[in-house]
Amino acid sequence: MLAIYRRELQSYFFSPLGYVFMGSFLFVSGIFFAFGNIMSVSSSFGTMLSNVSFIFMLVVPILTMRLMSDERRTKTDQLLLTSPVSLWSIVVGKFFAACTVFLLTLVLTGVYVIILSAYGSISFGEVFVNYLGFFMTGCCMIAVGLFISTQTESQVTAAIATFGAILLIYLMDSIVSVISINFIGVVLEWLSLFSRFSDFTNGILNISSTIYMITFSAVFLFLTVASVEKRRWSEG
Amino acid sequence: MIEIKNVTKRYGTKLAVDDVTFTINKGEVLGFLGRNGAGKSTTMNIVTGYISATSGQVLVDGMDILEEPRQAKRCIGYLPEQPPLYMDMTVEEYLYFVCDIKEVRKRNQKAHLEDIYELVKIADVRKRLIKNLSKGYKQRVGLAQALVGNPDVIIMDEPTVGLDPRQIIEIRRLIRDLGHNHTVVLSSHILHEVSDVCDRVVIINNGKIVAQDSLEHLTQGIGEGVRMMVRVVGPEKPVQRLIRNVPGVSLAEPMGMKEPDSMDFMVESAPGNDVRRPLVNALVSGGYSLLMLRPMDVTLEDIFLQLTSESSEGGN
Ligand SMILES: Nc1ncnc2c1ncn2[C@@H]1O[C@H](COP(=O)(O)OP(=O)(O)O)[C@@H](O)[C@H]1O
Ligand SMILES: [Mg+2]
Repeated sequence: MLAIYRRELQSYFFSPLGYVFMGSFLFVSGIFFAFGNIMSVSSSFGTMLSNVSFIFMLVVPILTMRLMSDERRTKTDQLLLTSPVSLWSIVVGKFFAACTVFLLTLVLTGVYVIILSAYGSISFGEVFVNYLGFFMTGCCMIAVGLFISTQTESQVTAAIATFGAILLIYLMDSIVSVISINFIGVVLEWLSLFSRFSDFTNGILNISSTIYMITFSAVFLFLTVASVEKRRWSEG
Repeated sequence: MIEIKNVTKRYGTKLAVDDVTFTINKGEVLGFLGRNGAGKSTTMNIVTGYISATSGQVLVDGMDILEEPRQAKRCIGYLPEQPPLYMDMTVEEYLYFVCDIKEVRKRNQKAHLEDIYELVKIADVRKRLIKNLSKGYKQRVGLAQALVGNPDVIIMDEPTVGLDPRQIIEIRRLIRDLGHNHTVVLSSHILHEVSDVCDRVVIINNGKIVAQDSLEHLTQGIGEGVRMMVRVVGPEKPVQRLIRNVPGVSLAEPMGMKEPDSMDFMVESAPGNDVRRPLVNALVSGGYSLLMLRPMDVTLEDIFLQLTSESSEGGN
């Protein structure tokens, strides 16, 4: 798994993808920071992160689109799947690599926190919780993107589908509120990741939301493994 | 070494591989022959555990590839039809990565790779990005990848497709070298591709095994002495009549003039009946000069025709 993780991480920085991700993330969050915090003299970091969370739609596809699809297109999955490594370690290694790039980017945004702390008092504990929530939400999105990337050989298709899926999750709260059928509402509410995220942006470390997010990621990793496994049995 | 038992693979309604059973013996070089679309790649993908069969079983050293995949996969090095290369890595980075996933110990990796560079002759490109290599080199890096971890069995799917003649000779020489201390399986749709490297061939057609035997046995029936080309100085019709009258000759067909004043004939005779001596004697005593006599290439098509027409001999 370590080998898969390392190779994947390396390829983010050997190709433009890693830099495009970091660059666009830092750019957009920088704008939000400038307008949301500095111009409006607010020190609420959580509000800023929550405003900037729409960015997942745009940047997560960059991170996940080629994770599995490209292995299939170039047939390198034949090397991985005929080697003595388990499918789980392939999937998890890739997932962690993408999460690591995301984490590194978040660490860079720590500069904003330092700037804020120079101008006003902020609670580092609260900021940490904000970050944790943001990071875990991002990881959930990455798991969704990874799953979608196994469904196709085309990066572009994977990117567009991931964009769509995250948009849907983003809008889930509004969708749930207009659906009156109880059962569907319950299911969709489970998918409503961003309502959980809002706990964290308020600075509350909610254990159940934390567990929820870990479970959410795990479910999509499981679906990823299952769909690769299924394809080996059917089409090939 | 590897037992393939009643393996079937179905794609929708199409049977890509139909109840295939054969054994790969330890130490042999096995050729896996079949036309395009016969089911070679599918079979190899199943044997190496890349895809699963619809039914049937593959045992590697007694271990089921699906039930004990880690142990079983450790015994096999696989070079698929398209070498599984990461274009954005250098040769060296790539092979270290393969070492990691094939569980070669860290401290042995360097020496192990040196041996492989030596064997497949890629030491001079080890720092190059794979995407910048020529097709021949890519194929060799692909082969290097299959050798990592020193697996007992090397499986290669059409290893010479798309290479130029010189590269083909190189790869074939490599395969022969590998055969000295590995079990090797290679697939091909060209008979002469396997005839000079393989001990035994398995022939697959429409997903079914139609023959498995040593090459000598398979080509015996239609090999040397059975169909040959003779070039004779003399008029077409009388010479043809003369050849036809030689005992044992079943067919004599003119094939046109390839050399001034001479005529080429294709001569066929019954299997196991060497007509060369009586034929030459008859020509000489008829006063015709013989310029050339050579066996005609046995093609895979010939063997197929033979095997499918004489079904009693097939599948044995
Ligand atoms: N993924 C697939 N989906 C549907 N049919 C397939 C697939 N892969 C192979 N086939 C079919 O199975 C047959 C055998 O293919 P293959 O094993 O690639 O043949 P070969 O390697 O001998 O050329 C072909 O007819 C091919 O069309
Ligand atoms: Mg093939």
